[in-house]
Amino acid sequence: MPAAQLATTLGPQLSSHLTGQPTVTSLAVADPGGLIQSVDWVAVAPPLIAALAGLAVLLADLFLPERRKKLLGRFAVAGLALAVAALLPLTGGTPRSTFCLQDVQGTAGCSYVADHFALVFQLLALGGALIAALLSVHTVDEAKLPGGEYWFLLLSSASGAALLPAARDLATLVVALEVASLPAFALVALRRDGRGAEAALKFFLSSVTATAVMLLGVAFVYAATGSLHLGVIADALPHAPAQLKPVAEAGAVLVLVGFAFKVAVVPFHFWVPDTYVGAPLPVAGYLSVVGKAAGLAGLALVTSIGFRAYGHSWGPVLAVLAALTMTAGNVAALRQRPDTEHGAVRLLAWSSVGQAGYLLVPIAAAGYRPGPDALGATAAYGLIYGVVNLGAFAVAAVVGRSTGNRLDDYRGLFATRRWTALALAFFLLCLAGLPPGVIGLFGKVVVFRAAVDAGLGWLAVVMAANVVIALFYYLVWTAKLFAPGPAAAPAAAGAGAPAVRLPVSLTATVALTAAAAVVLSVLPQLVLQVAGGSLF
Amino acid sequence: MNAVLIALLVLPLLGAALTLAPVFGADPATADRRALTFNTAVSGLVFLLTVALAAGFDHDEPARMQATTDLSWIPALDVRLHLGVDGVSLPLIVLTSLLTLLCAGYSQRRLPGGEGVPSARAFVGLFLLLETGMLATFAVLDLILFFLAFEIVLIPMYFLIARWGSGRKVPAANRFILYTLLGSAVMLLGFLLIGTKAGTFDMQALANAHGNGLSHTTQVTAGLAIMIGLAVKAPAWPLHSWLPDAHTAAPTVGSVLLAGVLLKMGTYGLVRVLLPIVPDGSATLAPYLGAFAAVGIVYGSLACLALARPGAKGDLKRLIAYSSVGHMGFVLLGIASLTPVGVNGALFANIAHGLITGLLFFVVGALKDRYGTADLDTLAGATGAALYGRAPRLGALLAFAAVASLGLPGLAGFWGELLAMFGAFDPAAGLSRPAFVTYMVLAGLGTLLTAAYLLIVVRRVCMGDPAQPAAAADLPDLRRYEAVSWTPLAALTLLAGLWPALLLGLSEPAVQHLLGGG
Repeated sequence: MPAAQLATTLGPQLSSHLTGQPTVTSLAVADPGGLIQSVDWVAVAPPLIAALAGLAVLLADLFLPERRKKLLGRFAVAGLALAVAALLPLTGGTPRSTFCLQDVQGTAGCSYVADHFALVFQLLALGGALIAALLSVHTVDEAKLPGGEYWFLLLSSASGAALLPAARDLATLVVALEVASLPAFALVALRRDGRGAEAALKFFLSSVTATAVMLLGVAFVYAATGSLHLGVIADALPHAPAQLKPVAEAGAVLVLVGFAFKVAVVPFHFWVPDTYVGAPLPVAGYLSVVGKAAGLAGLALVTSIGFRAYGHSWGPVLAVLAALTMTAGNVAALRQRPDTEHGAVRLLAWSSVGQAGYLLVPIAAAGYRPGPDALGATAAYGLIYGVVNLGAFAVAAVVGRSTGNRLDDYRGLFATRRWTALALAFFLLCLAGLPPGVIGLFGKVVVFRAAVDAGLGWLAVVMAANVVIALFYYLVWTAKLFAPGPAAAPAAAGAGAPAVRLPVSLTATVALTAAAAVVLSVLPQLVLQVAGGSLF
Repeated sequence: MNAVLIALLVLPLLGAALTLAPVFGADPATADRRALTFNTAVSGLVFLLTVALAAGFDHDEPARMQATTDLSWIPALDVRLHLGVDGVSLPLIVLTSLLTLLCAGYSQRRLPGGEGVPSARAFVGLFLLLETGMLATFAVLDLILFFLAFEIVLIPMYFLIARWGSGRKVPAANRFILYTLLGSAVMLLGFLLIGTKAGTFDMQALANAHGNGLSHTTQVTAGLAIMIGLAVKAPAWPLHSWLPDAHTAAPTVGSVLLAGVLLKMGTYGLVRVLLPIVPDGSATLAPYLGAFAAVGIVYGSLACLALARPGAKGDLKRLIAYSSVGHMGFVLLGIASLTPVGVNGALFANIAHGLITGLLFFVVGALKDRYGTADLDTLAGATGAALYGRAPRLGALLAFAAVASLGLPGLAGFWGELLAMFGAFDPAAGLSRPAFVTYMVLAGLGTLLTAAYLLIVVRRVCMGDPAQPAAAADLPDLRRYEAVSWTPLAALTLLAGLWPALLLGLSEPAVQHLLGGG
């Protein structure tokens, strides 16, 4: 983290220069040995393992003979599983932090903190990436995607997404966000048809614009506060000199815009459906969960730590954005016609925009009621959403193999693939938040509670209306699964040929996500404990 | 005792889960037959458990929560598995398990089949899930669990209507689920507001606090949200419009359970949650609830009168659905009076409506099976369907149910509506007496209109010239399985009418307790 380090070291100088106070040269360090940082390797292990695994895959790709390329996928999955396992030693005890700086005033700023917030979002990012990787194993084979590149990009992006929630300074945040995003553009473009290229270009152009805007915002904030560390910014913002206030405020807004893009908040949501449809299906699933998790974590960090003092202004803005996002997403999903090409993926894309709206609600609520309690609701809902949404994408991959991915292709799925249909029905009901999808219901309850606690009654009512809209399209899809098959004639033809056997990796993905959703429905405490207390 | 109550909820849930496993054999026809037998067996077992629960219930202390279980489930949300029964919920639990048993037995012989109808195994799974949700609603004592139970019934009922129904079934099912979900989502907001302000979701603790610690604004806001949610379910005019469509489209067992149990979940919630937990809010909102109830009574009966007219192409099931709007109006009026008399009347009318309307839907469903339609004009022909002549037992049962429904003294329908009107005549202190007397007068008018349309129905369906050509060539009289599944309802209607103290003795102390008087 050299950028952050430099900034913090120079920070006090710059700010004191601007404010005209006596300058203290912080370069004169009493203990020169302290300049050499000791790195807590256990704390940084999760993103590091993912990154190293990515590099290893890329190298191995050069040396492996063609027929053994399949091993790359297994290696990537194992690497991600190891990264998830590396979270375990961090769960107990006090939060560990590393890359810390000690400046002259003695205020410590750490660039990497593995507290509960970071761990939960890392679990979401790495776990989501793991499921997406499982889902990709057969796609890479069948779609003839370049294995080495694919796995390298996926692992790099995952390591960026895992780094982001632990980052505590703006420079690391931006770097992590770019590490998460840049490989994603390439992943989207890997499908070798016109659609993939177009999708990637849309994704790329809008994302790069957002990054540029965000960097400008970071610069403004730095100028106003003299630090990139979120904790220092939080302390400095209320005391910023009057002439710098507008700069600080503009900077805050611009930074938020950058993260809003990643979460696909309205007005930055137009790239979502085309990108999802154009991308390979597992990548779409990956973006819908891990991409969102990264954006949300960043948004939550900058708002509730860095710009804590401005809660009264970003709170209402986020609340309005949340309401608009959920409404836009759900209404668009509702308008999906059953016979559109890739209608199912489009519906999932729009519904993920709607779900992003729900995920924003607790972050907005945190602006009304200072204190990080509300963020637990976002984390809990994010975990739940991650499991069931990836499950739905996995089933979409199953159905997409044999038929198309129009909504009509799901008609009568129960008759041909009993368990797959039941799993999808369960995922959809979880997304809708209706029993038997108990865990989805509790996820909604947690989010509603955050809104009600913060006194955001109007937002809760808007969300209630949205839940009803969303139920309708989820239910129509669910009902299709159990409807009688597409006429008798094709059924008779299909009856002769036994259903094509599914690849093991696909079956495993569906089974894993379904089992997780069922277990969570019986024991919601497993995930809701995240929402119980403070995350920081 | 508490084990019995837990088993009551777990058993149907396990049964529903079991229908997913391939345990009924490979041959579809055999599997379906076995599944339906299994359904009856599980429902029968559940009924026996409720009988045991009622027998073990301490009738000397109906106000006390009995058979309680209180386990932590989700500490993060402060949600507890808190179960228990008292004099208010016990009759409803028994009614629920009885109606489900009768429906299970009935569907064993009479499950709608045909093109595009799913297998009986799916029916059994949904049916048992529905039973779990219905029983849980009356047994849980935690607001969030109550909401959960309230939602469990939606998906099974949706599929029962959408897949086993008739006519415009899918739009009707959609309407049902969207209306109810919107209502219950709003209700959840009310619950969460209470939970935030009071610091607990425990219904018993909140009821004992009796609104202490909740400001008037909170009480009114939360009360309004809860009232809207429950009023959709009850249903109260003007939020009732999902009901007639759902009933018309639903299969017979769906209609019976919808009218017999699901509507009661709304009114039970009002008594269990609204009145004791936000008493100030209830007092503010009661006049409005009473007004909607009174309008509902008159509106329901006028709608029925219009449907019963010759040439109106009135569907008999639709007519009974509208009559439910009227009858539930009495229940809501009794609750709105906030007096022990009125609330007791409401609870009594609740049970009575479950018995009588259940019976009516069974009989009308049988008629629809026989004639292929429930259209009153087709049934009646020029002079009347002449059931008395063609199928005397069926005709007699229909007449019996209709007369019970119009509130003939000596049958179950009488006491509840009378007490509800008594309650409205002398509402609780602080409520506007003139307003409630007006509601009572409207309700009285409603009873007259109710009598009018039910007698018209009896005349057009039961009487007539047996010699005129019938709409159905073959009209078998009461079958054995029909008699078996309907007789208990008729007998209980008579029993509740002749011995109202049986129910009132149970509910009276509990209601006193909930209203803060004992």
